[in-house]
Amino acid sequence: MKKKNSIGSAVLSTILSILSLLWVYPVIMILLNSLKKESSISTGTVFILPNKESFVGLENYIDAINSKGFLQSLGYSLFITVTSVLAILVFCSMCAWYITRIESTFSKALYYLFVFSMVVPFQMVMYTLSQTADRLHLNTPWNIWIIYLGFGAGLAVFMFCGFVKSIPVEIEEAALIDGCNPVQTFFKIDFHMLSSTMVSVGILEAMWVWNDYLLPTLVLDIKKYKTIPMLIQYFRGSYGRVEMGPMMACIMLTIIPIIVIYLSGQKYIIKGVASGAVKG
Amino acid sequence: MEKALKKSAPIFVLPTLVAFIIGFIIPFGQGLYLSFCKFTTVSNAKWVGIGNYKYAFSDPSFGRSFIFTVMFAVVSIVLINLFAFTLAVLLTQNLKGTNIFRTVFFMPNLIGGIVLGYIWQILINCLLTIIKEPLLALNSKAGYWGLIILMCWQQIGYMMIIYIAGLQNVPDSLIEAASIDGATKWQTLFKIKIPMVMSSITVCVFLTLTNSFKLFDQNLALTGGDPNHSTEMMALNIYQTFYARSGNQWKGYGQAKAVIFCVLVIFISLFQLKATRSKEVQQ
Repeated sequence: MKKKNSIGSAVLSTILSILSLLWVYPVIMILLNSLKKESSISTGTVFILPNKESFVGLENYIDAINSKGFLQSLGYSLFITVTSVLAILVFCSMCAWYITRIESTFSKALYYLFVFSMVVPFQMVMYTLSQTADRLHLNTPWNIWIIYLGFGAGLAVFMFCGFVKSIPVEIEEAALIDGCNPVQTFFKIDFHMLSSTMVSVGILEAMWVWNDYLLPTLVLDIKKYKTIPMLIQYFRGSYGRVEMGPMMACIMLTIIPIIVIYLSGQKYIIKGVASGAVKG
Repeated sequence: MEKALKKSAPIFVLPTLVAFIIGFIIPFGQGLYLSFCKFTTVSNAKWVGIGNYKYAFSDPSFGRSFIFTVMFAVVSIVLINLFAFTLAVLLTQNLKGTNIFRTVFFMPNLIGGIVLGYIWQILINCLLTIIKEPLLALNSKAGYWGLIILMCWQQIGYMMIIYIAGLQNVPDSLIEAASIDGATKWQTLFKIKIPMVMSSITVCVFLTLTNSFKLFDQNLALTGGDPNHSTEMMALNIYQTFYARSGNQWKGYGQAKAVIFCVLVIFISLFQLKATRSKEVQQ
């Protein structure tokens, strides 16, 4: 009986290993091709490994960084993601706390509006949102976080509300009696107790903002500002012949930091995604 | 406490509320209104009644994109959930290297839709060249299956994580009791594990359903709707109606399509909520 089991698990492990290799292959393929000479990359030869003739080292990467504006896009993407996620975490947790603690028609109505906004597809508001952003001059990387706060508030408020309910009111009351005002109470007590939910919400929202393509394309002026997804789309769209080498280098440069962050914080990421999905 | 808190309402609610009004409420209201108008900008709109909706419902490309979306959704929901559940069962057996497998299968989720689309476009085009078939831009069948493979690659890991969380919540005592009663592994799977994770199954089915319906980035990057709009999904069809044509009637048509799309997605989500809730009560 035992022997049979160990054979079975060996077979399973092998199958899973092969599957895992297939799973990472697309990324490996891009990595290998990004090391090839431009003229050696064509539609039919993507599966061929780089050899002595086609290998160019990091040339494509240097090209992508020097002349294709990669660093600029990276800067914009980083700035937009960090400011948007910070704004969402601070403001939405405050809002969710208020909505849960005060029972009024106003807070109930607000809660349902937030939940409703989670469901609405972006195409419904894409045109009017970009017009509104233009009119209010919220169309630069420096203040687009206001748009992200507004459009991303639904999920964040919803998740925070679920957690605030589990914090006992007594602790907050004790703080109030000790002379804290509500703002102090929130930041000294609830803000810390919310930290695990903060991580989940932060990860979900960061994944969304970092990878978002359509919203920044419609809101930002593409001639001046390109986030990373916009840059990669721009590569394909506007050149006569697509420069495959630098494009693949760009793709790799986008993926590598994500994978590094993922590997170092995967416990939190997987947990955050699971709890977000179960509640959402 | 309520009194003190109510006084500080502006501090707590206003920042989010103002952004929410700018980022959602105004655009949503205007969008609804403009779907009944002929317009080029928000301030330059002329009321035309339900004309836009009449056009949207009679537009064959919109109907085709709906059918394509449904066909895509059905197949991808079945494949993703079958694979994800199987993987989740295999990865909760205390095999060696479980963590590594889990990490690998989840990874594609972190890569954005546009990048995913291009990675697979390169890969699939190369495969097609080798087997001497037309490339993606001229091959709607390959485009359809390409989208499905791409979605599987991206979503299986995510759904697997949800299923694993569900399976780990099944109490050990139940499984022990079953094995004492002489249940085989398959019986334990079908009679105990699957009924116990029913709520995870509904969550995953409807997550894949809404994801499939709202799919845009991957569609744009992988096929762009080629050849001749035959692989265009609803979200992309709306986008093309808005931005790929000139003439002041198109934006109104696009907005009307967007409202129809929105109602459809809301309907699906309500259904999802109801189904999930009813399954949770049963447990």
